[in-house]
Parts: sequence; C-alpha cells; structure tokens
Amino acid sequence: MSDGLPVPVTITRVVQESPGVRTIFFDQNFSSNPGQFVMVWVVGTDEIPMALSYPNAVTVQRVGEATSALVTMKPGEKIGIRGPFGNGFTIRGKILAIAGGVGTAPLLRIGLEYPDVTFLLGARTASELIFYSVLSSTCDVRIATDDGSAGYHGYVAGLLDEIDLDEYENIVVCGPDPMMRSVLSVLENRDVLEKSQFSMHRYMKCGVGLCGSCCIDPNGLCVCKDGPVFSGEMLLRSELGKYHRNAAGLKEK
Amino acid sequence: MIRLSRESVHLAGVPARNHLVLAAGVLGTCASSLSRVLHQGAGAVVTKSIGPEPRYGHAGPCVVVLEDGVMNAMGLPNPSRDFVEELSTLVNEPVIVSIFGGNPEEFHEVAGWFAEKAQAFELNVSCPHAAGFGAQIGTNPDVVKACTEAVKEWKKPVWVKLTPNVTDITVIGKAAEEGGADAIVAINTVRAMRISTGLRRPVLGNKFGGLSGKAIFPIAVRCVYELYEACSIPIIGCGGISCAEDVIEMMMAGAEGVEIGSAVVQDPEIFRHIGEELYAPDGISAREIVGCAHV
Repeated sequence: MSDGLPVPVTITRVVQESPGVRTIFFDQNFSSNPGQFVMVWVVGTDEIPMALSYPNAVTVQRVGEATSALVTMKPGEKIGIRGPFGNGFTIRGKILAIAGGVGTAPLLRIGLEYPDVTFLLGARTASELIFYSVLSSTCDVRIATDDGSAGYHGYVAGLLDEIDLDEYENIVVCGPDPMMRSVLSVLENRDVLEKSQFSMHRYMKCGVGLCGSCCIDPNGLCVCKDGPVFSGEMLLRSELGKYHRNAAGLKEK
Repeated sequence: MIRLSRESVHLAGVPARNHLVLAAGVLGTCASSLSRVLHQGAGAVVTKSIGPEPRYGHAGPCVVVLEDGVMNAMGLPNPSRDFVEELSTLVNEPVIVSIFGGNPEEFHEVAGWFAEKAQAFELNVSCPHAAGFGAQIGTNPDVVKACTEAVKEWKKPVWVKLTPNVTDITVIGKAAEEGGADAIVAINTVRAMRISTGLRRPVLGNKFGGLSGKAIFPIAVRCVYELYEACSIPIIGCGGISCAEDVIEMMMAGAEGVEIGSAVVQDPEIFRHIGEELYAPDGISAREIVGCAHV
C-alpha cells in the first residue's frame, strides 16, 4: 500500500466557463488517463469526486454544499486532492466524443490531446456550453442546445442522426444519466455498442472500491474502482437512466 | 503453510461456503455487490450496518488509504428499513445482517425487520466514530448484554462484533456470551487520527476514525487470543487479514472463521485468491488448529 493522504495543492487560477461552471487550476499536475477522477477535499465542507479536466484542474458546477464552496474559492487558497482513481478511457483511432453539460470535463483532454476527434457538445442553452472555443481549435465540434439558442435544436443524441458511426473506432460519452441513456439507445439501435465507452457518475465516499456506496446494479460493480468508464454493452441492462442511490443508499429516480 | 480441507463449514449457526466472510461495511450497501462478493468466493457476507433511521454519514473525507492500513469515518450511512426490500434477491444465501441502534429496543426493532430474511445478525456495538451508537454502546458490558438479549428474541443466530478500544475486551466478550450470543466477532476498527500537515487539519471529515487493515492484525490476534481464554462461544476473527497465512494464524489464536474487509482495496478478488491458497484436497480439518496456540 502507498500513503494515500490528500495532497495539498494551492489554487493558481479560476476560469469562468459558464454562469454556473468554473475551472479551478492548481499548482500541481496529476498524471492520469483521460476519464480518471480525483477526490477533491474542500476543507471544512466535504470531499467530492471530480474529473480532472486538465492535468492540473477540475471543472466544477455548483450543485450542492461542497461544489458551492469550491466554485467560490480564489487563487492562493488550498484544497486537498486524493487520486487519481478509476480506470479512464481506452482510446485509439478516430474518436467520437459525446458530452452533455459539465460532463464535458472528463472528455476535454481527449479533444485536446488526441488527433482526429469529432466532438458533439450539448447543453441546455447557449450560455451553458463549456469548452467550445478551446475544443474548436483542435477538433470538429458540433453543438446542440435544448432550447435551440445555438446549433442543433434538441438533445445532443439528436446530432447522431447526421453522423456516420462506422467511421469511428471509439465512441466516448459523458453527461447526465438521461442523456447517456438516450445516447446508449441510439448506439444500440445502430449496432455500435461494442465500441462505446460511458463515464458514469455516482455518489462516492471512498473512491477506492471499499465502501460500496457507488455500486451499480445489476452486477455490483464499483463506479469508483471498476469504472467510472464502462462499455455501453455492460450498461445496457444497468440502472443507468432509471435510478441511482443517494448517500444513505436509498434509491432515487 | 498449513492448508485446510474443504469440509462443510458451520460458523456459529450460519451454514457458510468456507471460512472466509465479508466484513461489515465493505461493499455491503446493495444486494448486487453482496452477490458479487459471494460469487467471487466469500463463504458468507455481512451487510452494511442497518439502523433505525436512514443516515447519510459524515462529511468527507470519509476514507484514506494509508501505507499499511485504511482509516475511515463513514458515519454509519444506511438506507434503514428500505434494505429489507434490497435483500429480497438474496433469500437463502449466507447473508448476515449487521445492525446498530442506540439502545436495546432499537436493536430489537431493526432486527425484527429482517427476521425472515437474515441467516444471522451481527450486532455493531463497536463502530468508533458515530455519536450515540457503536462503541458508545459496546464499551458498557450491561448494555451489550441487554442488546444481545433483545435481538436473541428473534430466535436467530446472533454474532456480536466487539471494539478493541477498551481496557479489557474479555469483559465485553463475556457480557455478549451471557446475553446469549452465538459468536463474538473481534475486532472492529481501532480509533485513530491523521492530520494533513499541508492543510493543517485532521484528514477525516469527522476528525477521528477507525483504523483497519494490516496495521491492526497483531491487535486483532491478541484480542482473539484473550477472548478464546475467557469465553466459551465461537469467535470470528477480524482485523487486517489479507492472506491465507493470516487466516491460519487467526485460527490458531482461537477463531473458527474470519472476516475480511480492507484487503479488498488491494485485491477485489481477495476471497477467491485466499481460498485457492487456503484449501487443498489433502488439507487438515480446521478443528485441528482452532485455538492450538493456547497451552
């Protein structure tokens, strides 16, 4: 075993990505595969799992107590980082990335670091699209917004109608559960599930496959250790899009 | 190394598939993960501790993996009564339901929910970091005896998991025995703390937590050895077991079976791997070694 105490890092820069989303840069790089995550300790509040959007940054959306504290932190303040944890994406060849909302963060490095990536970027409205300008400098980005304020009018899964999926060797997906379930259905109908990988998000306490709070049905795999990236085939009969468990282990829709 | 024969195993009222049991609180929040651990070779599984009300647990960090152990302060998160439905797919499987409460009446109530489904109960009177529960119950022999008696009313095997954070663990062990316990499980985690020097704060959200893993194995062996001398009911060894040799050592101290928890961090298939090493066609019966280190 190695000592896994949180590593203290100092925030160096905060970038406003959208009204509710900020990227928090810190003074240390963490070597990781795209899709791996870290546990971010917001001292005095809580510890939460977050994707590394850059080797030295996490991208956070204000949703609860810990994320609300984190988005208001300023350069010079310190946080603790455990990890990286989880498996990350397996990537080769021509890639189709499908992202919704802050779920773009785990896929960002794929768009920036790998050649030949087509990026489908979805959000509720134009102002909530994140990473559009940085991604459009390196890859082919196509946009969908729920309200039609930018790009395709509708869910990001709708953009798949205009994509020849046979061209791609890998299809990587991250976003809210309902969005991922709808993408999963499209990929199943078009018979390309075997090359898809989805990054799951579940409530986590330990991050290391011990506590079981992030286990998913029906096979009991830990999102933190066996995932967070799972094949589409594996998720087909899973709880994805149907329910998840909260901190007490109670099922929620 | 001594190896064991593959004999039928009866652990204090529980027909188990082998001597290796998943410890409480580890991968035990849902039926699918418990089922997975059974398929990977555990002889029986203990659930997450279930209490009278749903609990969301302590603020994080809740767990840190250390060089030779794991420190945690989960805070007894659990879905309470909803867990009865969760277990419906595991009827007739070797599942032991861990329960906690703040007094004998609560232990009795929670156990009642599972009276039709559990093979046995394990009383958590030993969690070192939840106010009003766990070790605050388990350091008082009178309360331990009363909680055991209360759950025994359901006519199921009752195991009582003890805390090592007492001056004399045998006093508590004897209280469980007097209350009618079918087995003692020793030990739960050892009260502990680490401080982040960089952030100048205790690392765990709850400040204090419990240490498990390799670091506490010698403490667990000592406790099992002492309990074997003081008590007459079976002992299940728990604390830092991570290989087949540890299982043999714990049995020689007096354990009839063992629980394994933290070792799943390093090896999610630890039960299969230990089982492959522990058992052999020409192995000896566990009866030949349980308590053999006592002279």
